[in-house]
Amino acid sequence: MGKEKSKSGPLARRPDNSAFKQQRLPAWTPMLTASTVLPSFYLLALICMLLGVWLLLTVQNTQEMKVDYTEAGSCNLCFEMRKNVSNAGQKCTCMIMFSIEKAFKGDVFIYYGLRNFHQNLRRYMDSRDDGQMLGRKSNLKSPSSYCKPFDVDEKGVPIAPCGAVANSMFNDSFILTYYTINGPTVVPLLRKGLTWYTDKNVKYRNPKMDNLTLPEVFEGTTRPPYWQKPVYQLDPFDPNNNGFINDDLLVWMREAAFPNFKKLYGFLYRANKPFTKGLPAGNYSVAISYNFPVQYFKGRKEVVLTTVSWFGGQNHFLPIAYLVTSGLILLTAVVLTVVWWKFGKDGKNMAD
Amino acid sequence: MRGVDEEKVKANNAIRTSKYNIFTFLPLNLFEQFRRLANAYFLFLLILQMIPQVSSLSWFTTAVPLAIVLSITAAKDASDDINRHKCDKQVNNREVEVLIDGELKKEKWMDVQVGDIIKLENNEFVTADLLLLSSSEPLNLVYVETPPNNCLDKFKGTLTVNGQAYSLDNDRVLLRGCTLRNTEWCFGLVLFGGPDTKLMQNCGKTVFKRTSIDHLMNILVLAIFGFLATMCAILSICNAIWEANEGSAFTMFLPREPGVSGSLSSFLTFWSYVIVLNTVVPISLYVSVEIIRLGNSFFIDWDRKMYYPKNNTPAQARTTTLNEELGQIKYIFSDKTGTLTQNIMTFNKCSINGKAYGKQLGERVVDFSWNQLADSKFIFHDHSLVETVREGNPEAHAFFRLLALCHTVMPEEKKEGELIYQAQSPDEGALVTAARNFGFVFRSRTPESITVIEMGRKVVYELVAVLDFNNIRKRMSVIVRSPKGKTTLYCKGADTIIYERLHPSCSNLMKVTTDHLNMYAGDGLRTLVLAFKNLEENYMEEWRKRHNEASTAMEGREERLEELYEEIEKDMTLLGATAVEDKLQDGVPQTIEQLAKADIKIWVLTGDKQETAENIGYSCNILREEMNEVFIVAANTAGGVRRELQVNFDICHWSFFSHAFRSARRKMCPDAAEEPSVIKARAGLFWLKKTETVQDEKVNGEYAMLINGHSLAFALEEDLELELLRTVCMCQTVICCRVTPLQKAQVVQLVKKYKQAVTLAIGDGANDVSMIKAAHIGVGISGQEGMQAVLSSDFSFAQFRYLERLLLVHGRWSYLRMCKFLRYFFYKNFTFTFVHFWYAFFCGFSAQTVYDEWFITLYNTVYTSLPVLALSLFDQDVNDRWSFQHPQLYAPGQQNLYFSKKAFVNLTVLSCYSSLVLFFVPWAAIHDTVRDDGKDIADYQSFALFAQTCLLIVVSIQMCLDTYHWTAVNNLFIWGSLAAYFAVTFTMYSNGIFVILPSAFPFVGQNTLNLPNVWLTIVLTSLLCILPVVAYRFISMQIRPTINDKVRHRARKELPPTPSLRRPVRRVSTRRSGYAFSHSKGYGDLVTSQRFLMMRPVKSQAMQFSHIAPTES
Repeated sequence: MGKEKSKSGPLARRPDNSAFKQQRLPAWTPMLTASTVLPSFYLLALICMLLGVWLLLTVQNTQEMKVDYTEAGSCNLCFEMRKNVSNAGQKCTCMIMFSIEKAFKGDVFIYYGLRNFHQNLRRYMDSRDDGQMLGRKSNLKSPSSYCKPFDVDEKGVPIAPCGAVANSMFNDSFILTYYTINGPTVVPLLRKGLTWYTDKNVKYRNPKMDNLTLPEVFEGTTRPPYWQKPVYQLDPFDPNNNGFINDDLLVWMREAAFPNFKKLYGFLYRANKPFTKGLPAGNYSVAISYNFPVQYFKGRKEVVLTTVSWFGGQNHFLPIAYLVTSGLILLTAVVLTVVWWKFGKDGKNMAD
Repeated sequence: MRGVDEEKVKANNAIRTSKYNIFTFLPLNLFEQFRRLANAYFLFLLILQMIPQVSSLSWFTTAVPLAIVLSITAAKDASDDINRHKCDKQVNNREVEVLIDGELKKEKWMDVQVGDIIKLENNEFVTADLLLLSSSEPLNLVYVETPPNNCLDKFKGTLTVNGQAYSLDNDRVLLRGCTLRNTEWCFGLVLFGGPDTKLMQNCGKTVFKRTSIDHLMNILVLAIFGFLATMCAILSICNAIWEANEGSAFTMFLPREPGVSGSLSSFLTFWSYVIVLNTVVPISLYVSVEIIRLGNSFFIDWDRKMYYPKNNTPAQARTTTLNEELGQIKYIFSDKTGTLTQNIMTFNKCSINGKAYGKQLGERVVDFSWNQLADSKFIFHDHSLVETVREGNPEAHAFFRLLALCHTVMPEEKKEGELIYQAQSPDEGALVTAARNFGFVFRSRTPESITVIEMGRKVVYELVAVLDFNNIRKRMSVIVRSPKGKTTLYCKGADTIIYERLHPSCSNLMKVTTDHLNMYAGDGLRTLVLAFKNLEENYMEEWRKRHNEASTAMEGREERLEELYEEIEKDMTLLGATAVEDKLQDGVPQTIEQLAKADIKIWVLTGDKQETAENIGYSCNILREEMNEVFIVAANTAGGVRRELQVNFDICHWSFFSHAFRSARRKMCPDAAEEPSVIKARAGLFWLKKTETVQDEKVNGEYAMLINGHSLAFALEEDLELELLRTVCMCQTVICCRVTPLQKAQVVQLVKKYKQAVTLAIGDGANDVSMIKAAHIGVGISGQEGMQAVLSSDFSFAQFRYLERLLLVHGRWSYLRMCKFLRYFFYKNFTFTFVHFWYAFFCGFSAQTVYDEWFITLYNTVYTSLPVLALSLFDQDVNDRWSFQHPQLYAPGQQNLYFSKKAFVNLTVLSCYSSLVLFFVPWAAIHDTVRDDGKDIADYQSFALFAQTCLLIVVSIQMCLDTYHWTAVNNLFIWGSLAAYFAVTFTMYSNGIFVILPSAFPFVGQNTLNLPNVWLTIVLTSLLCILPVVAYRFISMQIRPTINDKVRHRARKELPPTPSLRRPVRRVSTRRSGYAFSHSKGYGDLVTSQRFLMMRPVKSQAMQFSHIAPTES
């Protein structure tokens, strides 16, 4: 099989004496021995324990508050109203009261949460045109067939942004109010910088302007059917936050992996009192412009307030999992030690 | 004599063994490849992925791996075919002399046509099937060694010359593929050319061997298909339910495609999941298995310790698809001559007139230079014998004169003084050569005379009669008349036979000689006793007359001759005895001992006589003095009786054998049941194959069985074969003697059929080919007896002792590696796939994948392929020295421990657990939390990256855990693959790639993998997946360490044992050995026949024709 060597002589076909060919490559041959396994189990148990405790303490310092407003309080009316599609054009606002027992210290983030909304369905996820949202003119005028049936409207006018994902964009808005002794104060929210830098600056771009205004660029396209405003008017206050680089749109377009999710709505602007240290304890209300229908998919909507630590938002799973794992490892380590003590210690089993 | 006009009319002699040419390669090769189930399946998948409604993954996820797999296979096929092309071209362009218009002209082989007359010269390959017309050689012997295929030795034809028809038979035909030897030249008429030659007609299909792992793999793949279908069915039913409950409500946001209802959608989901979950049927499985086997075959080719410097032969893995089966051998069937022995006989010792001569320790080699005609290769150590001869001792002279006269050897003297003996058996050659060196040189013979140079003096003896050897006589004699007119009978034969026919006056000498014979037997030598008798002239005349009458008699010739021989061969005078050593190959007893320790049973199947076989059995340690009993099943019958009493004979033999087996069994194991315990089972694809397995039975003590071919013929019949097998398998050692090539194969088949064990056959000659082909693995010894065995073998090397290394080192490693590979391969693919299954419960059973498409594409082909390849090429549990030190390490392979259905179920459970951890831990860790900058983390793309990083790290650690032997290559591949993953992750998700493929997962790497949260989860999943495995392995190693664990443990503490010195096994024996004669009838007829007279004239058709060498292969 091996290539014949051109050399000749009595030993012409003798194989080379290389470590590789003779399978004598130097090698490290580790083995699971008591002296390595047992200490590492105990050590790992200890490490997991410390990590778990540390994480638990960290998590204890974060705070989270969830307010389900699907049909709570006055939103009940809106919920009923949205059941009827013919009312889609009508506006509906409602208000929910809640109180914060303990002040939220530091940066506070506000999210909208959806339950049982499947952003992860295969066909739903495919129903978008990344080329279009990258600002490619050709895609703008003839959206990808993946967007069907939200690629063109009945008249054949291309939809921008096309597809089911964009069309189903969450469109409730919130106004948070803090009730002090001096009366209600609107909680200032920052509604920008909600997305990854790369999303805002690389992945999504408006079509080339060439001295045109944004509405002119989008001329010849139409808004998605469920939207109330065209894409270039999403943010009435900041013209630069419009089109395909609108923060809310980008947040929505980053589809959630699971049917229950929350997405960033904004964060607390901490320049002025009384919010410099975060959200003080007290009574709050949230006024909701209730647009997004959830009854179709038996879903729920909520507003979530949270603070974060170095390892993210409030999440009790990891610390508890580490503590449990630590316990299991310790238990296993003890069992292994007993087994080793009874069977393997004297090396009799290992002897031939 | 080819006429010009006749050119190109008849078929030419070009051959083609290649399969493809440049244009047909692609279509034909692709067609061949898609005939394989796995490839066809992936083609089907690819087509499924083209359907937009079904396609849950982009087409490239299947197309890229499929293309890689197809191109690797195609490259291998192409290189094979290029080799064949080269070989064909070389053969077709060989030149040969053709007689054209009365002149000899050089022509290429491919231009030779049927009807041409060609001239061949010595050592040339025979160009085509030829009718032999004339040759240079006056020799009257025609050795035609034909390939073993039966059809090859039949030829019938008629030659019509001038209206007269001559019949042609096989004796006059030279077949393509043979080589001309010892013949100056010959002329032949081309009968068949190129593809019509017998060689090409017969080299058609060889049986395609498959290993037991292959069979298991096919079953598993089929089971996996079933499993896949079940998973997809479950998910599509769930999808139907989900669509009914939730999906229908969600149509507001995601309208159904036109014409697709809920139920149709769940049907489509079934196919979508077939695509998503296709990774349970690993696409690269077959191709990786082939690569691993190829690599391990190269290691066999490269092994210096299996290289035989004497004839410059390295070991060769001729079949590259059977390696791991080398680690599972349970039975070895070995030929004797040329395999266990060197087929070299040396004249070692002799006893002349009561005085023993022979090897004495420390003595120099005897110098024979005083004898001009001596054979320089002959070695003898006892100077006293030479002196005795040179002193003119009459007994010593008679002794060697007998050896120089009483034989059927043909001399050949190409140059003055350069004698070559053509002996029918090597024993005879050794004896005549001994006589030659001691000054009694057999120079030449005619039908009536023998010329001997006796101590430099030429003596011509008149050859009166040859009383030939046969198996019943067990002796041969010649009657010669010396120039002085003295008539003498010289006889040599088996001791028992000759002793009966000696004159009573020899009784004292007999006693001494018997002692010597026993001594020789103890050394494992083959002996002959020599005797002579002076004959009176009158009696001789009268006897000769009767001999003439008898030999021309029409009826009862044999019997009458027999009587005459019996009459004259009596009252002989004892001269002495010879001892010839049938030289074992180096290291044979040690190898056999090692293999026996590895619980491999060795059966010797030989064409030799019972005595010879027994003798070799003892000298190579498969038969031992301390064995409880050696059963001998030998039925001897004369042919004539048999035919007449066919019916009765059969019946009585049936009972004879049946009884023989039963009684043997009762001795070995008194409480064995009468009926064999046969386990009937079904196996194979769809459980269509019925199998019957005879259970091994426990035996007290060691037994051996010797059975001859004649008995075997009966025992192999339907109703006895189970009896035979059962009895024979209780024995430690089985020797079958006097078996035909067909019987060799039958024995192998029998064991294959009822033992479900892996068999290996090893042999060197044409008569071993059938057995080599029948066994799971055939090993050819590339030695003296031509190349047929090697050509039909799967592995070949030069010495029997290399078998130890082939099995205990290469075989064991290959098996270990293959099993590790398969276990790991299924594990990583199952784990990968099951995660998708769990995710289905979160994504509305919509056939959404967890991982991103590029990861799916590259997971099997890039990220995990090289490390597992390194594992399965370089892993060793312990090194070769330890493998030799502990042959018991071989046992797990025989018991199929490392990869079986049970192991498969275990790994499935493990990967199920791992996939649960690998899905639910990341899910729980991120589904309800946010990043440290407050942005959401649980988006699909981040989760995908997160989950795939967890998966890859866990399977890599699992790989590290499985690696026993960390070479630099292992390190490079494992760490390199992980590095490649991160490199690809960051480039794939970078600006450049993003512009090309905007829908890929841009920038997830840099946005996700920098989170402490993510790394904490990766550590947690790794701990949860790996620690249970470590704990389980540790516990089982402590409580019930396998032999493997024990040796590995020792190997860590101690230095490897130095290879033990190969000390010859010395044996004290009282057993009388076999006598030195070949088993077939002698050449007596030939050397005295009339054909011998025709040797001088040119019309002789004699050829020396001894080698069939490979030309086309």
